[in-house]
Amino acid sequence: MSQKFVSRGFTGKRERAGGQGARVPPGQHLVSDFPVLSAGPTPRTDLARWTFTIDGLVTAPVSWSWADFQHLPVQDFVKDISCVTKWTKLDTRWRGVSVDTLFEHVELDPRAVALIASCDGGYTTNLLLSDALNGQAFVAYEYDGKPLAPEHGGPARLVVPHLYFWKSAKWVRGLRLVNKDAPGFWESLGYHIRGDPWKEQRYTDD
Amino acid sequence: MNDNDVVRDLTLDGNAVAGLLEEVFGADMTTADGECAHCGSANAVGALRAYTRAPGVVLRCPACGGVIARIVQTPRGTLVDLRGAAHLAMRR
Repeated sequence: MSQKFVSRGFTGKRERAGGQGARVPPGQHLVSDFPVLSAGPTPRTDLARWTFTIDGLVTAPVSWSWADFQHLPVQDFVKDISCVTKWTKLDTRWRGVSVDTLFEHVELDPRAVALIASCDGGYTTNLLLSDALNGQAFVAYEYDGKPLAPEHGGPARLVVPHLYFWKSAKWVRGLRLVNKDAPGFWESLGYHIRGDPWKEQRYTDD
Repeated sequence: MNDNDVVRDLTLDGNAVAGLLEEVFGADMTTADGECAHCGSANAVGALRAYTRAPGVVLRCPACGGVIARIVQTPRGTLVDLRGAAHLAMRR
């Protein structure tokens, strides 16, 4: 915002105050609350009917019920998150299942290079497999020690903390493997196809 | 505050984005009639559901919830997706 007026001295002080400045991507500011953003109403999915499906370019699709999903190996994640609307929140605490764990249950077609996450409410977002694997993405169902609240994407949301948070699709219900990185809901209307906050990839062509 | 309060706070109507719509269309759009391409319902644009706490503005049909319009403003311009509007009728 008014970055050009920030003196070197002030930046220096901020760095010393816990070194948090080094964790805030360019153009972002820190928040302590957890803003709720949404492109539509909050869906309410009955857990008895909730499923999570991996399909598309896999040898055989796989689908879990809510109960089955709870039996998958779980991990705790502490991550900094950055929203393209310019807030960054440090040390968010999640519990969920890594995408690597989910993909152990399918055999990927060699043509698969990307995925589209689909959600209750119709939201979609795209990810390259190289941004989804190796511990970079997970499906979270707990936040800060409690079941993930519906307004934050509960019962389960995708979390991809190294990309802008629109990639961390709320109310996620499945991942479809595809042979082309095709834009999702926001990527198809002016937002960057990948969205790396450290490169300020906010809009198409950034 | 319960979840429903949070959700209600997020839900505005098309009148809340009257200024943005006028900038995009060059006319007051709140009294324009729109037909939802998903369900065929007719509603004034001002009566659509507006979601503004998001990377862009999303207008949805109050009957079926389908997306009627999306508007994103970037430093390089404004993008408008009207695929969900079968037609818009502006009054003179």
